[in-house]
Amino acid sequence: MSTETATMPEVERQTMPVDIACVGFGPATGGFLHTLQQGLMNEDGTPAVESKVMPGMPPQVICYERADDLGFGVSGVVTEGRAIRESMPDLDLGEIPTAAEVTSEKVAYLLDPIGASRRSGLLKVTDTLIKPFAKNHAFTIPWIPPFLRKEPGMVFSIGQFCQWVGQRVTADGTVQVWPGTPVSEALIDDEKVKGVRLLDQGVDRDGKPAAGFMPGMDIEAALTVVGDGPFGAVGRQLDEHFGMPEGHHSRDWAVGMKFVIDLPESCNLKPGAVLHTMGYPEPEIFGFFYVFPDRVASCGIFVPSWFESPTRTAYRYLQHWLMHPWIWQHVEGGSLRSWGAKSIAESGRKGEPHLVGDGYARIGEGSGGTNVLRNSGVDEAWATGSQLGEAVLELLKDGKPFTKENLEATYVRRRRESWLEKESVKAENARNGFQKGFVRGIIGTAMAGMTGGRLHLGGEIMRPSEHVPTLEDYYKGRVSAEEITEIRKACEAKGAGLHDALMDKVGWPEIPLDGKLLVSQQDALLLGGKVQAPPGYADHVTFHDTTICESCEERICIEACSGQAITMNPEGGTPLFEREKCVHCGACLWNCSHTDPSNPERGNVNFQASTGGFHSAEN
Amino acid sequence: MPTTYQIVVCGGIVPDPLQSLEPVMGPTGPALKNEMMLPSVLDPWAWHALFEAADLAKRHPGSKVWLVSMSPKAKLQQVMMGLAQKVPFELVVVDGPASGFADAVETAAALAGAIEGIPDLDRSKLLLFGGWQSASRGTGAVLQMIGEILGIDEQFQGVDKLTVDDSGGLEILERIEAGAWQKSRCAGAPAVLGWATGELPEPPNNPQIGMQNMRGIMPALQQAKPAALSGEGLSYDSVESPKQRRETRVETEMDADAIADEIAAWLKG
Repeated sequence: MSTETATMPEVERQTMPVDIACVGFGPATGGFLHTLQQGLMNEDGTPAVESKVMPGMPPQVICYERADDLGFGVSGVVTEGRAIRESMPDLDLGEIPTAAEVTSEKVAYLLDPIGASRRSGLLKVTDTLIKPFAKNHAFTIPWIPPFLRKEPGMVFSIGQFCQWVGQRVTADGTVQVWPGTPVSEALIDDEKVKGVRLLDQGVDRDGKPAAGFMPGMDIEAALTVVGDGPFGAVGRQLDEHFGMPEGHHSRDWAVGMKFVIDLPESCNLKPGAVLHTMGYPEPEIFGFFYVFPDRVASCGIFVPSWFESPTRTAYRYLQHWLMHPWIWQHVEGGSLRSWGAKSIAESGRKGEPHLVGDGYARIGEGSGGTNVLRNSGVDEAWATGSQLGEAVLELLKDGKPFTKENLEATYVRRRRESWLEKESVKAENARNGFQKGFVRGIIGTAMAGMTGGRLHLGGEIMRPSEHVPTLEDYYKGRVSAEEITEIRKACEAKGAGLHDALMDKVGWPEIPLDGKLLVSQQDALLLGGKVQAPPGYADHVTFHDTTICESCEERICIEACSGQAITMNPEGGTPLFEREKCVHCGACLWNCSHTDPSNPERGNVNFQASTGGFHSAEN
Repeated sequence: MPTTYQIVVCGGIVPDPLQSLEPVMGPTGPALKNEMMLPSVLDPWAWHALFEAADLAKRHPGSKVWLVSMSPKAKLQQVMMGLAQKVPFELVVVDGPASGFADAVETAAALAGAIEGIPDLDRSKLLLFGGWQSASRGTGAVLQMIGEILGIDEQFQGVDKLTVDDSGGLEILERIEAGAWQKSRCAGAPAVLGWATGELPEPPNNPQIGMQNMRGIMPALQQAKPAALSGEGLSYDSVESPKQRRETRVETEMDADAIADEIAAWLKG
């Protein structure tokens, strides 16, 4: 049995021909459109190349973005910005709100001032040895290895950056970008991608036609550029249809959750200051803190898929991280402007799909561009888009079709010959050690970083579900099986997840909500991200096999849901989903302790194309 | 012969009213903290007016809709990406502030000038639409002033419904106090209608409408002239936003009376 949307009966759909259709607008598509746009017109205003669908005009290039506006629901970032600067040598960061040059960088190991985190014996010994040298319960690493250093570089909000790029690429009208327009699938015919189908509008929650039904239009394109991020519907469809290259898979993930904070007057961090943390609130959780101009900071945590907790709530952990004395000294007295969350594809080159095929090309995070050693993805995404832009211009000017062979000879060749590929190869196995724990992971990463990837610590890359122990095993020695049973019963009766009760039980103190900086998770939905769910679209989170949900003991989809949009069903069985609370972080897609019987590489949760989510570009 | 209209919708952009807005006093007057970081939307009241205009034009073939907007060009370009797939219109841009702190009289004069500059606009068929209020901290008086400058005497505010009878006469449902409506009639265009929410749902996105609109939108943005706003004679002593503190909590077992008592106590302070 399945709760997935019933297949829509055949309906008459309008079609619209364009030359190039892009799916998703992020840094990768920004890089693609920026590069492409510069070569489409001659200086005298005549087309440098001609459209096939509108002869006499420049190529018709359309980009469809699912979010309500460009750059909604993304993140703050620190990046070297090599590819971005290469594309825009005259880049003036002053034009981009939130952007600043990196002025200082620190990496700190945070001790646990509360004693509630789950630390191995080895780590406890390490903590004891470090403690005499720590200040504010943190040990600042005296030297940052070159592979981690981002100076010289820049910090900015990806949302603000994308908005700025969007304005530039659409300014002369040669490129159109349409937010609020999700693409449901690629049109595949005879193993060729022939364009995209837009999502049906005017349907009920199950996807069935309702008032104002408007079937999604078919956009026919000679080239479909897929830059829909780490878990975009079209990217995943292509992965399933064409398969992954031998040995490749997308098994490593993280959810990044962050606050955007108006810093207090007392904070002495300067714009461009960058802080990285590890060790707390759990050893597996890493933190970041980027200071933007005008006393604004973007800060948060990454919760990886190899963190072996069945109750991995990012929100409460984020609040505990914020209250760590080493962080709190900078933010106490500040106020929360915004909040957000996003999944990050952490497989890097191991997650690289087939980059091209007949009629399509993959760019950005979903193309395996993220460098997992340097913890860098935005600049790499821009680079992949820019390389495709150059390749497409070459093919257009030579009058060659967008076949797999031609795209390999132009785009893939550029990518393989670039710094991106060379560094990606070095990074490929850097994080394998984390499969067997935090300490092994840190040592393995350092080895790979210091030897250019020649040495690393092994570890078979497991599927996310294979990292999940039972609650009883995870809390063994801290909470008895009988207590877990009682807690489970009490939480089920209230329709609540288990993480708060279990974290309370093992010693995490209650968060002292102040309505200003520390707010409830539901308040964060209102205060920061302004979650929206336009009517007329189907529920985008569904479950492949509901019988699996009925017997599931862990229900990580509920515990890990960033917006508390997936909740316990008081009647038992399949969890409930509220589209109006979903921030589209995608964490449910990979945070499942079970696999889909029809495809062991995916969990039992499906995340389909949809619009809505955050209505904020501050993140 | 069916009645045709030339419908001009006045609508500026505003920071999304759902965002955290913090007024600050800048060197040139009041402003919002980090205003350029905030997403912008078409003023929600004008948003309804535009959809009503498009619907009226659709029901009266031969009619045409213009959207006249005084907004910062760069931000307006961004808003158009979301709006232009909804309904067909032609854009006229006056490059100016959207903060809501501009002088209403000067704003009205700038917009009236832009309307007068629309080539071949037939004033006898003119319906001037807009929002009856604004989410931009504005005065809510600009639309009426534009009507006065253009010499249009028939003015209606708080409109929720417009019906055209067989003779071209207009029947208008206006909001009045105490949740009631007032039904008014006039002979026809020209008229000013300041819309409340209207009755229409948000139209779906239509890529073909988007393509069609965008051909005119980019040239309109490129041709926009700066608004002549001197700001003389207007000053602000202070600006502030309503203070609110959210204290959401989930109560599944609290009875309704207890909830009502707690809310009443909170309201009393």
